Amino acid sequence: MATKTGPYPLPSVGRPRPVRLPAVGDRTLPNGLRVLVARRPGIPRFEARLVVPIARADGGDGARMRVLTETVLSGTPRYSSKEIAEELQGMGGALGSYADAEQLIIGGSSLSLDRRPFLSLFGHVLREATFPPSEVAIERERIVQEIALLRAQPSVVANDALVGRLYGRHPYGRGTPEPESVARVQPAALRKLHAARVRPAGSLLVLAGDLEVDATMAAAAEAFGPWEAGGGQSDLPAPQITTPPSFLVVDRPGAVQTNVRLGGPALARTDPDYPALALAVTVYSGYFTSRLNDNIREQKGYTYGAHSRIEHRRMASQITVSADVGREVTAAALVEVFYELGRMVSLPVSQAELDAARRYVQGTLAMGIQTQSGLTSYLGSLVAAGLPVSYLREYPAALERVGVNDVLAAAHRYLGPSQLTTVLVGDAATVVPAVEPLGPVQVRSSL
Amino acid sequence: MPRRLPRPKLAIERFTLPNGLRVVLNPDRSAPVVGIAVYYDVGFRSEPEGRTGFAHLFEHLMFQGSVSLDKGEADRLIEGNGGMMNGSTHPDFTVYVSQLPSNALELGLYLEADRMRGARLTAENLRNQIDVVKEEINVNVNNRPYGGFPWIDLPPVMFTTFNNAHNGYGSFVDLEAATVEDAEDFFHRYYAPGNAVLAVAGDLEPAATRELIERHFGGIKSRRVPPLPDLHEPPPEGERRARKTDPLAPMPALAVAWRVPDPVGETDEFLATVILADVLAGGEASRLYQRLIKTDRLAADVGGSMGAFGDPFEMRDPTILQVLAWHPGVPADDVIGAVDDEIDKVAAGVGPDEVERVVASMVSGHFRQLDNVLQRAMVVGMFEQQRHHAELVNELPALVAAIGADRVAGAAERWLRGTGRAVLEVVPGGEG
Repeated sequence: MATKTGPYPLPSVGRPRPVRLPAVGDRTLPNGLRVLVARRPGIPRFEARLVVPIARADGGDGARMRVLTETVLSGTPRYSSKEIAEELQGMGGALGSYADAEQLIIGGSSLSLDRRPFLSLFGHVLREATFPPSEVAIERERIVQEIALLRAQPSVVANDALVGRLYGRHPYGRGTPEPESVARVQPAALRKLHAARVRPAGSLLVLAGDLEVDATMAAAAEAFGPWEAGGGQSDLPAPQITTPPSFLVVDRPGAVQTNVRLGGPALARTDPDYPALALAVTVYSGYFTSRLNDNIREQKGYTYGAHSRIEHRRMASQITVSADVGREVTAAALVEVFYELGRMVSLPVSQAELDAARRYVQGTLAMGIQTQSGLTSYLGSLVAAGLPVSYLREYPAALERVGVNDVLAAAHRYLGPSQLTTVLVGDAATVVPAVEPLGPVQVRSSL
Repeated sequence: MPRRLPRPKLAIERFTLPNGLRVVLNPDRSAPVVGIAVYYDVGFRSEPEGRTGFAHLFEHLMFQGSVSLDKGEADRLIEGNGGMMNGSTHPDFTVYVSQLPSNALELGLYLEADRMRGARLTAENLRNQIDVVKEEINVNVNNRPYGGFPWIDLPPVMFTTFNNAHNGYGSFVDLEAATVEDAEDFFHRYYAPGNAVLAVAGDLEPAATRELIERHFGGIKSRRVPPLPDLHEPPPEGERRARKTDPLAPMPALAVAWRVPDPVGETDEFLATVILADVLAGGEASRLYQRLIKTDRLAADVGGSMGAFGDPFEMRDPTILQVLAWHPGVPADDVIGAVDDEIDKVAAGVGPDEVERVVASMVSGHFRQLDNVLQRAMVVGMFEQQRHHAELVNELPALVAAIGADRVAGAAERWLRGTGRAVLEVVPGGEG
């Protein structure tokens, strides 16, 4: 090339400056709502997350939860959905909700200038939701249409199939709800569900941004104090996780790629061995320079990327490995996925690999909580799961203590090919004959 | 009585090295993190015919090793020091980014300098990255519903010249035809220091950082800066319409697009169309959301944006305002009729309250982008690259607030009623 006279010497990297963690105000209101306020100035905004543990063991189907999620912010005796949207827009704000298998999460933000009217509106909309029939009718129809769209997406099909395999009939195994059930949900059922479950006990409100801690705590108490008491922590039982050894092939005729997904149980964040497992997963395929990504992307070109992560639900933690690979190389890619798993469980990682993964996890955590939205989400997920705020400090320190033998031991327990189950979403006519020699195959048509 | 909204006060320092590299610094020591963005003035609107997708493929090759480092080494150094990196190719630029703990600032600068010195362009790396890019296109386009809608499908309806109209991801035929010689020529032509902007934001001391930049980038020889591609073409006369069949799509969708003023040459009039886009389709309070979803129930979802990629300021002239709708069971023309009706109403006059709300939302969104140190480097770098004016990051809220409701209504009249447009329909079914 034009100026090739190198190599040029690498500069040295000094010690990182310590990360400053924000002071976090922490108070539980008389109605049971826990409120955290963290000051993170920098931009004149703030973020809010409200986590409500909505799932119960006695059922309540996914469809009702789903419609509630889409309509809980859509009207009160005082405001229509349009008026709510306009008020928020004028504050440079927003409110939106989503739900997983056990929690309703309402996220929002606004300019700091409008923190009081924002909190007041948020509290009002949440408490006084009326589920207007016209809004319920519109949103029901939109959800049915969205389900059609989700089911056309191979990544959603793959996730639904994977959680179904891991959790069976447990609520964690519910994927996308059935459109027929969604279409039947009535406003009265939503009001009942809202009255029983969208309640402060066991719920958590996190506010982070350019805020004064004490004044904001007072404003939050004023806005959410009137929230009628009730609710409580989710009582879902722990699921029995199953990892059938066969490959489940979900047929998408003609698909040019195969979505490879592996899943299995993982340790909870409270487990002393969790940091070692997190680093094992990182070395395996938790970041760009991980073993699997380097192998099947940078060496072989089978995929745009291989990823893995640990997800935490209240009663179970899960490892997921994912790669979307070219249809014709499905079997070849799977061999590498298993080869790299096999290396993880039978040979120690190098000290350099461990150090790199450790610095990556520590560094990306530190960077992630520098932003208002990152800090809010992270605090919300930690504390809602029962972890203390001090985890932000303790986790990086615990990572520091992990050695190569700890990583091997953790991998040995959780990353063996026999400890994970495999779902392949793709063109069965090509994929089944290709992977059959590698192990038993079960085929299902796409929904 | 419009409220006084907050204004950003980012510190901006700029200088140019003798080899032509333009540098902007945004020091902010509140967290021990730095963001680095290097913009090269080459995007897919610069690609020659027969080489669609080459700018993006080349971006991948720029991660395959550099003068001093083998393939993968730079990525290992960044991630192994607690950072992350990426690259992305846009219509009018290619940008390389990294975010690092500030103790690794010099390392990050060194890695970008080494990339600018030269890439390790080998047949093996080229083969590997052609395969990776094809799988990227499969993930994002071929194996999903509405893949490439509208960013790949709309330009050939809206525009007539190759530069503006072609598929920026590229055809598999063109990608397969790429050679190492093409890549060497491309590097030599477009990756000259004078064709780049380096933006660094975060925990840095300006004088010391300038010294580091001079040390690492100063030795890169100056090369001729290529002329900008000629993108000029007149707006469509009347309506250009096309249909695309999508076998994976569960419902019909459409995109309607209009040309808008030159973002750089006519900034105020352009900003009026940016506000207009949000009046029409910016969130749940917007005209089209309320009309199409809530009142008339013609659509399952609507959207709208300026430009092809979501950021209003990343494209040069010619660029667009686009409105999107997903409309199960409803004929496209019914949806378009309602869109036209709302445009007529806006053109007849829009309330100052409505515009004030939209402005508050835009200002808040602008600040939100500035929360993350890397995004801050990217915004500042993009404004410098596109306009030689990084300070727009501080000026934008006041400029937007000064536009006013009359000018927004006027923009609707001039740009959405007074000119032609493109309509793309996506129809479910068929064989792709």
